[in-house]
Amino acid sequence: MMENCAIKVDHLCIDYKPYKKTSIQKSLFKKKQEKMEMIHAVRDVSFSLEEGEILGIVGKNGSGKSTMLRAIAGIFIPDQGTIDLHGNSVSLLSIGVGFTPEISGRENILLSGMLLGFSEEQIREKMDSIIEFSELGQFIDYPVRTYSSGMYSKLAFSITASLETDIILIDEVLSVGDERFQKKSYNKMKELISNKTRTVMIVSHNTETLRQLCTKAMWINDGMMMSIGETQEVLSQYQHYMNK
Amino acid sequence: MRFITDVRKYFHYIIFSARSQLRSEVVNSYLDWVWWILEPFCNMIVYTIIFGYVFQAAEPYFPIFLFIGISMWGFFSKTLTASVKLIKSNKAIVTKVYIPKQMLLLKLMAVNAFKMLLSFIIIFLMMLFYRVQVNASLLYALPALLILFIFTYGISCFLMHYGVYVEDLAYIVTILMSMLMYFTGIFYSIEKRMPEPFGHLLSLYNPIACLITVMRNSLLYMQNSSLTVLGIWFLVSVLIAACGTKLIYKNENSYVKVI
Repeated sequence: MMENCAIKVDHLCIDYKPYKKTSIQKSLFKKKQEKMEMIHAVRDVSFSLEEGEILGIVGKNGSGKSTMLRAIAGIFIPDQGTIDLHGNSVSLLSIGVGFTPEISGRENILLSGMLLGFSEEQIREKMDSIIEFSELGQFIDYPVRTYSSGMYSKLAFSITASLETDIILIDEVLSVGDERFQKKSYNKMKELISNKTRTVMIVSHNTETLRQLCTKAMWINDGMMMSIGETQEVLSQYQHYMNK
Repeated sequence: MRFITDVRKYFHYIIFSARSQLRSEVVNSYLDWVWWILEPFCNMIVYTIIFGYVFQAAEPYFPIFLFIGISMWGFFSKTLTASVKLIKSNKAIVTKVYIPKQMLLLKLMAVNAFKMLLSFIIIFLMMLFYRVQVNASLLYALPALLILFIFTYGISCFLMHYGVYVEDLAYIVTILMSMLMYFTGIFYSIEKRMPEPFGHLLSLYNPIACLITVMRNSLLYMQNSSLTVLGIWFLVSVLIAACGTKLIYKNENSYVKVI
């Protein structure tokens, strides 16, 4: 039986171009700009995910995991290769969706939701459940600059978790807030994931969580895909490599 | 065109975020939104005293004459200066979600346009107070505003783009703006005060000076303006705006890599 393909990534390459900030003085007085080598953040990665699959991504710091998620979320355009989302809506869940510190949490929910492509009515419908989930209580009407960092990330998590898109990309945010909220967000994650039509990609260093949540795993090292497939297998390869 | 569909798609976001930014600017001050009126109003009083009485630059209806200049110039210069750092100051958004970067600029313009609108309300009140006579040439105010918007947008697109890469652009823009300010005739009439032929040339080739003159003639002096000049500046502005929009679309995805 053919499942519906949700994400198809084909030969994805992302380079950090040798763009560097320049100043007028530098470009005037140095005839030759020092050449910076290209940084290849993601090199020739291809994979496809079917609807309802949950992909865990592991790899050491700076191996291109977040860059790849950003490319799938549409923040970068790939230098080579293609990303086909088959018309699914996508949101990147990472800490802080760009809150405006001076305005209240409630207004920030609206702004973030609109940035993620939801209409005002859709957001207002979800408003109460977002506020309830975030556990902010009366603080929701206080300006965001008065929030503690925990409250900040709890709000961010609640927004993306409640405004459900077809594809959710999660960038190391499973350890948000205090222990109780972590448990809660973990359960929320599970609930989101249990929806059979939702495709999820999770970047995390917590292999234990990935083992429990994912149906598939991918290991990236220095921008190259080392392996993809069965969660247990890939994760043990990765752990073996890291402990060497 | 992609730009139009994008504007339509993000229109609510632009309006809503502009509104919440305006609110956030005053939410902690005692006088609240009164500041938006008070600030240009106080400037006008200072300039009226300095330029009207000390330098004797008096024109008919001099306070309104000044206020029109200050309001339009304020919109132009505030937008340009802020657009240089626009991408960086919206880092939290730009690195987290895709948004056509022109929408950030439009939001900035909406904020500044709202402040200009308030100033124009005062201008109309002052016109009533001074019993300024008007006729059909009042209509020239509309194309003048339209061109001001398009021109400001176009130039800001370029500044926003280069501001990402060139660190010290902000200083250059600040200096250029203060130079340009004196050649725009905000405190005096450039046509009357500048030696010929510079006065005439400036009022034609400095778009902001040209638009401010058109606005003053239309609101205060019942004078029609040259449609050819307005038409040419309209076309030039549209051209700049189109190039700027294209430039941003072409490069916006590499901004994230630099900031």
